[in-house]
Amino acid sequence: MTVSIHPLKKYTRSHITRTTTCPGCGIGIVSQAILRAIDELEFNMDDFVFVSGIGCSAWIPSPLYNTDTLHTTHGRPIAFATGVKLGLPNKNVMVISGDGDLAAIGGNHLIHAARRNINLTVILLNNGIYGMTGGQTAPTTPRGLTTITSPYGTMEHNFDITPMVVTAGASYAARWTTYHPRQMTRSIKKAIQKKGFALIEAMSQCPVQYGRVSKLGKAVDMLKDFKVNSVKINKARNMEPEALLGKIVIGEFVDIEKAELSEECMNLRRKMMEAM
Amino acid sequence: MSRNKKVLTGTHFEMGNWACAEGAIAAGCNFVAGYPITPASEVANRLAARLPRVNGTFLQTEDEIGAICSAIGASWVGCKAMTVTSGPGISLMQENIGFAVATETPLVIIDVQRFGPSTGVPSVGLAADMVQVARGSHGDYQIIALSPESPQEMFDLTIRAFSLAEAYRVPVFLMADGFIGHMREQIVIPEEDRTKIKQRKIAEQSVSVLDRRDFLDVKVAPMPVFGLGLKAHVTSSCHDEHGMRNLSDPAVMHTYVMNPIKKIVNHRDDIVQVEDDCIDAEVALVSYGTVSRSARAAAGLARKNGLKVGTFRMLTCWPFPDKEIRQLAENVEYMLVLENNTGQMYPYIKAEAAHACRVSFLGPQTLGQIHDPEYILSHLNRR
Repeated sequence: MTVSIHPLKKYTRSHITRTTTCPGCGIGIVSQAILRAIDELEFNMDDFVFVSGIGCSAWIPSPLYNTDTLHTTHGRPIAFATGVKLGLPNKNVMVISGDGDLAAIGGNHLIHAARRNINLTVILLNNGIYGMTGGQTAPTTPRGLTTITSPYGTMEHNFDITPMVVTAGASYAARWTTYHPRQMTRSIKKAIQKKGFALIEAMSQCPVQYGRVSKLGKAVDMLKDFKVNSVKINKARNMEPEALLGKIVIGEFVDIEKAELSEECMNLRRKMMEAM
Repeated sequence: MSRNKKVLTGTHFEMGNWACAEGAIAAGCNFVAGYPITPASEVANRLAARLPRVNGTFLQTEDEIGAICSAIGASWVGCKAMTVTSGPGISLMQENIGFAVATETPLVIIDVQRFGPSTGVPSVGLAADMVQVARGSHGDYQIIALSPESPQEMFDLTIRAFSLAEAYRVPVFLMADGFIGHMREQIVIPEEDRTKIKQRKIAEQSVSVLDRRDFLDVKVAPMPVFGLGLKAHVTSSCHDEHGMRNLSDPAVMHTYVMNPIKKIVNHRDDIVQVEDDCIDAEVALVSYGTVSRSARAAAGLARKNGLKVGTFRMLTCWPFPDKEIRQLAENVEYMLVLENNTGQMYPYIKAEAAHACRVSFLGPQTLGQIHDPEYILSHLNRR
């Protein structure tokens, strides 16, 4: 019998043989995109430190990825990662977590890390709902959707995360869906290489919670929905706001060069030490 | 004197908060994150200027949650990390104080306490956080808390805080207050080589974390610091000795809670420091921190009046000096507990002492005002 080994298996802890995701979850697609990006850039896992928070997608690196992984409290991975990056400026520090973790309870850290332009790669999986706790409404849930905590339909407007992070000052920000894994992988590669704060908002299907309440159905139907409703950013810029209602704008929102915090800190230390 | 000198050896006349900042640098601290708050700000202000000159980093965060989280992150990459705040900041940090306990992270937290509850009075000192630093995060755990009585001790005990944090992989609090934080006194800083501090043990390379014991050793496990290729798995969720998450095995859950507690309790003799000046005393004035200065003055006055009064000072408040209090209770007739609050440590002291002597509590005449020694004396005369 021929034993075939997954080409990305070398990046995972050998004793971890199963994941915690539900059938049809988008996490597998995003996790593969991350590992393929690392593989294609020919990085070693030891070049990375992964930091995650609380929620389904926080369990992508912890315990699976075979390098230093820090699984933190709810909402705070970017704050922890800030200390990690300032102490280890030569490592790639990647935060992987969900929309509830990074944009709701941890929203302030997301905004301020983008403002500081600290060299973190943040993979934010947005499934539009709280999956792990049983399908509660999130700040990313589309207005009007009925969930277990919005039984009469959400009355609140939802966050548009990527443009918010662009406004806050990020060097790089892109949004893709799990229907676009190759584009997502390319963007993650750029995000890792970008000297500055880089966000990838990965729209990801949660068939068990979101698929049920939105009546979008199973994973395949949700991916088809991503396909139909995604609009490239160049096209979206020429569209009326009404025409974009219910659409997902995908692509690169920003890609600029600007001063980065961990390097600025290193330069300051060097300057001060030389002045001795 | 070079502005880049690491340890400012010599005699100074400075604020307690200045001494704390210099103590941190003398201890080798190289990462501080903080958020401005009265009456603690001067510690961070000074470190913002000093740290880059000694190859360190200061980060002003968006809030106190960000401050403690980034300090914990920095500690995991091998930095000697610290955050500095006051009561409202401690309240915000509570969840992640628990994280530092559960992940066995060396961390120093400076609490320059102020008048509470809530926003209270920022510039008035009060021993307001004595219980919340030890019991404020959810779950059962032990931390270390040291209580300085002078600017000099804000220097000395900050160094000791780093030493204990590194030795036991635990958050260590320095429980100053607005009075000594802002008080100016003589501070003597010794030669750099006279300042010895313990360094954390670092884990050895292995094929997998399953081949190492990174956590839950009551003798303190070597820390799998990030960036060394150790492939550490760190989670504050219930985990086994390898750091691997385990949310189903009751034996693992028990160890996850008990071993970090035992790690502190089993080493309490090394950690607990008290100053017992009660030889021949019939009455013990028990205190800690700023109030100890009044207690000493009151004991002096009482001795002049022929009363056999001594002082007992807790330099370590947590782990609680239960054994020392019990011994004291067996040697005196009366124990008067003095605290600048409504009696935060008092129930713990009374629980250890009441079997052997009479114990009562005396707060200050007016909360937020340090006890007048005459006031303590008049209380002793009335008893």
